[in-house]
Amino acid sequence: MWPAVVLVLLLALNVFFTPSFFSIEVKDGHLYGSLIDILRFGAPLILVSLGMTLVIATGGIDLSVGSVVAISGALACLQISQDQGVFAAVALALGLCLVLGAWNGFLVAGVGIQPIIATLILMVAGRGLAQLITDGQIITVNSPAYKVIGGGYWLAVPVGILIVIGVLAITAFLTRRLALGMLIESVGVNAEAARLAGIRARGIIIMAYAFAALCAGVAGLMISSNVSSADGNNAGLWIELDAILAVVIGGTSLAGGRFSLGGTVLGALIIQTLTTTIYSIGVPPETTLLFKALVVTAVCLIQSPTFREKVFRRRTAKPGPAPEEKVRVTTA
Amino acid sequence: MTIGRASVPAKYLPVLVTGCLLVAMFVVGGIRYEGFAGGQVILNVFIDNGFLLVVAVGMTFVILTGGIDLSVGSVVALSTMVAASLMEGPGWPPYLVVPLVLAIGSGLGLVMGYIVQAFDIQPFIVTLAGMFLARGLCYTIGTDSIPIDDPTFTAFAQTRIDLFADLWISPSVIIALVVVGVAAYVLHYTRFGRSVYATGGSEQSALLMGLPVGRTKIAVYTVSGFCSALGGVLLSFYMLSGYGQHAVAMELDAIAAVVIGGTLLTGGSGFLFGTVLGVLVLGLIQTILSFEGTLSSWWTKIFIGMLLFVFILLQRLFSRRSGR
Repeated sequence: MWPAVVLVLLLALNVFFTPSFFSIEVKDGHLYGSLIDILRFGAPLILVSLGMTLVIATGGIDLSVGSVVAISGALACLQISQDQGVFAAVALALGLCLVLGAWNGFLVAGVGIQPIIATLILMVAGRGLAQLITDGQIITVNSPAYKVIGGGYWLAVPVGILIVIGVLAITAFLTRRLALGMLIESVGVNAEAARLAGIRARGIIIMAYAFAALCAGVAGLMISSNVSSADGNNAGLWIELDAILAVVIGGTSLAGGRFSLGGTVLGALIIQTLTTTIYSIGVPPETTLLFKALVVTAVCLIQSPTFREKVFRRRTAKPGPAPEEKVRVTTA
Repeated sequence: MTIGRASVPAKYLPVLVTGCLLVAMFVVGGIRYEGFAGGQVILNVFIDNGFLLVVAVGMTFVILTGGIDLSVGSVVALSTMVAASLMEGPGWPPYLVVPLVLAIGSGLGLVMGYIVQAFDIQPFIVTLAGMFLARGLCYTIGTDSIPIDDPTFTAFAQTRIDLFADLWISPSVIIALVVVGVAAYVLHYTRFGRSVYATGGSEQSALLMGLPVGRTKIAVYTVSGFCSALGGVLLSFYMLSGYGQHAVAMELDAIAAVVIGGTLLTGGSGFLFGTVLGVLVLGLIQTILSFEGTLSSWWTKIFIGMLLFVFILLQRLFSRRSGR
C-alpha cells in the first residue's frame, strides 16, 4: 500500500509544477507525454527489477545484472556491426545472458557460495568482459530493425513498454497461476526444508538466476537499441542497485520467501518518477542520489520490525518491550 | 562453528596460498620483463595502492564480523571532496581539515553501524544507502574536480623518503603501514579484536558469552568509516584533487582484496596480513598488465574476477573440510 501512496504523491507533485503533466497526445501516430516517457525510460529498470524480485524471493541477490546489461548490448551491437542478422544477434546475446545467469545460479545452488559474493564475481569480471567485447570502444550500429526494440512503436505504443507488459504478464501467470511462485517462496523460506519436502530447490534457484540474467539481457538490448550503440563501460552502471531498491520499496523482503511483482513494478516506477520529478521541478540532478539514500533508509526503517516495535511501542508507552532486553545484554 | 580453528595448517592455508601466488606472480614477472625484479616495483605497488590498503583494513574488520560495507568508495570520494573544497574555498588549514574529514567518515560509519545493529537491517542495504548518501553529498558540493594546491598538502605529496640503494617510498606508505600495524595489534591482541572474531564466528554464542556484540558491530563500521576517510586523505595526497568520481567501485576492490587475502566472508576467520597480501596481488596484477603493455585495462577486471572465483572456491573447500 505504501508504494502506491508514494507514487501518487510524486505524480501529484509533478502536476503542481507542470500542469500539463498528465496530458497524453498522439503525434505522428505515436503516443507522447510525460507519463509515457516515465514508462518508456523506466522499462529497462522494471525488467531488471522483475528478475531481481524472483532472485530475492529465493533468499538470494544478484549484483551482476548491471554487467549483464552491458554484455548483452555489447554482444548484440558487435554482431550487427559485423553484418549479422538482427534476429541472430539478439538470440545470441540473450543466449549468452541465460548461460551467465545459469552460472550464477550454479555457484549459489551447486557450489553453495553466498549469493552476494557469487554474483560479485560476474559483476567485476562481466564489466571487463563487456569492454573486451567492444574492445573498449563505443560500438555504433545503424540498423532500423534493431532500433525498434528500444525506440520503436507498435500501434502508437512504444515497443519497450509492450515488452515489459509481455514479460510481466508471463511472469505473473507462471508464478501466480501455476505453482512456481509458491515453490520459489518455499525455497526462499528454507531451501533445505523445501528440498526435503520434495522440491528441486537447486533447479528453482538456478532458474531464478537465469531468469534475472535474461531480463537484464533484454533490458540491455533496450538500452543499447535506444541509443543505437553499445558502451561496455557505462551501460547499466548501478542498475543493480536501483533494481534492488525497487524490489525493496515494493515490499519484497530481502530475507526471501515472499515477493510481490506488482510492488516491484511500483517501486521501479517510483524510482523513475523520482528522477523525472527532480528534473522537472528544477532541483539539481546531482541530488538524485541524496533523495535515493533518504528513500532507502526510510523504506528500510519502516519495514524493519525492530524499528516499528521500538518507535510505536514508545509512543503508546507500554512497558518492557522485548528488544530493550537485548540491548541491555549487549551493553553489559 | 569453529571454522578454520580445527588445526593450525588449515588456519594459515588461505594466507599461505595467497603468499605463494604473490611470489609466483613476482617471479613470472621478473622472468618475463626487464627491470621488473627490483625492489622498487614492489614499493611502487605500495605507493600506488596505499589508500586501497587502508580502506581494505577497515573492510577486514567489517567482514570479520560477517557484515559488509558498500559505502567505502563513496566515503573516500566524499573525503577528497570535503578536504579539497574546504582548503580551496574558505582556505582552511590542513591541520583542521584532516581531523574534520576523519570525523565525518567515522560519524557516517557510526550511524550506519547503529542502524544495522539497533534496527536489525541487513548491512548490505544500510551501507548501500550510505553509499548513495556519500556520493550524493559529493555531487552536492560540486560536480567538477577541485584541485588542491595547499602548500602543506603538495609538499607532503611530493616528499620522497629515501631508503637504501635508490629505493624510495612516499609518506602515505608509512601511514598505511602504521594503520596496518595498529589494526593487526587491535585485531589479534586486544579484547575488542577477540570480540570481532567471536561476533563473526557466531553472534548468538558471542551474545550468550556476555560479549558486547552490539557495541562491537557498531564499532567495526565506525572503524571502516574512519579507514575510508583516511584512505580519502591519502588519495587526495596522491591525486592532489577532490572529485565526486574518485574511487568509483573501490568497495569492490577492497572486498576482493579481503577475500583474496583469505578472510571468510561469513565472518569469524581471517588475518589482517592476508588483506595486505590481497592488496599486493591486486596491485601486482595492474603492474604486470602495464609491463605487458599490449593488454588492455579491462583484463584487470577479468583477472580479478577469476582470482575471486578461485579463492572463494578454495574457501568453500576449506570450510567444508574443517566444518564437518
